[in-house]
Amino acid sequence: MLTIVDYGVGNLASIRNMLKKIGVEALISSKAEDILAADKLILPGVGAFDTCAEKLQQSGLLETLEQKVIKEKTPVLGVCVGMQLLTEGSEEGKLPGLGWIKGKIVRFNQGKLPSSFKIPHMGWTEVKLNKQSKLFNEMFEEPRFYFVHSYHPVLDNAADALVTADYGYSFVAGMEHNNIMGVQFHPEKSHKFGMKLLENFVKYY
Amino acid sequence: MKRVRVIPVLLLQKGGLVKSIKFKDHKYVGDPINAVKIFNEKEVDEIVVLDISATEEKRPPNIAQVKDIASEAFMPLAYGGGITRLEEIKELITSGAEKVVLNTAAYKNPALITEGAKWVGSQSIVVSIDVKKNLWGKYKVYVQNGSKPIDTELIAYARQAEAAGAGEIFLNAIDRDGTFEGYDEDLIRLVSSAVNIPVVAIGGAGHIQDFTKAVHKGASAVAAGSLFVFQRPHRAVLISYPSQQDLKEKFFKEL
Repeated sequence: MLTIVDYGVGNLASIRNMLKKIGVEALISSKAEDILAADKLILPGVGAFDTCAEKLQQSGLLETLEQKVIKEKTPVLGVCVGMQLLTEGSEEGKLPGLGWIKGKIVRFNQGKLPSSFKIPHMGWTEVKLNKQSKLFNEMFEEPRFYFVHSYHPVLDNAADALVTADYGYSFVAGMEHNNIMGVQFHPEKSHKFGMKLLENFVKYY
Repeated sequence: MKRVRVIPVLLLQKGGLVKSIKFKDHKYVGDPINAVKIFNEKEVDEIVVLDISATEEKRPPNIAQVKDIASEAFMPLAYGGGITRLEEIKELITSGAEKVVLNTAAYKNPALITEGAKWVGSQSIVVSIDVKKNLWGKYKVYVQNGSKPIDTELIAYARQAEAAGAGEIFLNAIDRDGTFEGYDEDLIRLVSSAVNIPVVAIGGAGHIQDFTKAVHKGASAVAAGSLFVFQRPHRAVLISYPSQQDLKEKFFKEL
């Protein structure tokens, strides 16, 4: 069973809608027992880093998540701020992230962007694969995804970078470290590209 | 290659899909869910659905319909029409819309922009500004589906929306609506140079070359209604969207 972790943020219906389209019945839940029973987890998140980090703390699910992801090695996919939470922290806020992937989240460097590039980066951008990953098995050509974000990851270990994208400059747009993976973009809003990625997450992990 | 969003805009009136000319002469175009399905198959960048009769009929957003549309929309969906309360914004977002579009409410109750942005984030709050030139050629902002002019001057109004927490401005030139004559480029230049948030241009797109012109004037994304639902010259209903190849060769490459 795939459980979408409901800790009070995000548009969870969109993720479930797309999973339903590929024949996967996902559970949206804030209960520890549903997380413990899951064989896969999706960690969503939108808005400010600290709001999400705080709500995740308040949800009382941190220990349960740690148990599942770190001890039991259950595959987890973070989406958008859900991905950012996998790192150690963000320039945007003060609260720590989960620290499962070494690195942090930084704001787009406006000084390095051409003037027509506004922040947030909002829209469709092609990604480049940084390493082999089952998430991109049989992916369609020129995969593009929908992004909405003002911050992006900077990882300590280059090998954890799954994909990069270009917005004025190249940045890490996805990460994968063993059973822990995350994407800055929204697969649930990225047509066949996102559908394939979610399908691969369900099928191969 | 930088991609710029190209956004079809669908208008709902009494549950059906319609398209106007200069905000009048609404022609029935078909079933909204079916249209969204077709746009989904065409892999459009984003879709905007506006219920243009809700405010007039003092009706809140039709949540059931939004859920139906969202279940067929595997791209970002923005929904507007009849929103007056924060609760409705929350309900729309949890029903599967990524963004809400405020027009009349943004004027009557700017605090709603702020409350909405605080709850869901600025990126999900779009303020729609409908603009028409008066007899002296001066731009005036209209609310209530283009029926009521307001006193606030255009640039001041756009800046107020940004300061209140809007993440995007949806800029509609009423005089160009449905005309295929091209965007109002002066209007795009004026507004996009006055704010730091993305401006989405709409009103008048006749072909792909108009997109390039809008972006050169400062638009961050382009939208169109008639261009994507009608086939010229006779306004026969035919849902279309440029192919990726056309977008690359005729639009992105020109930027």
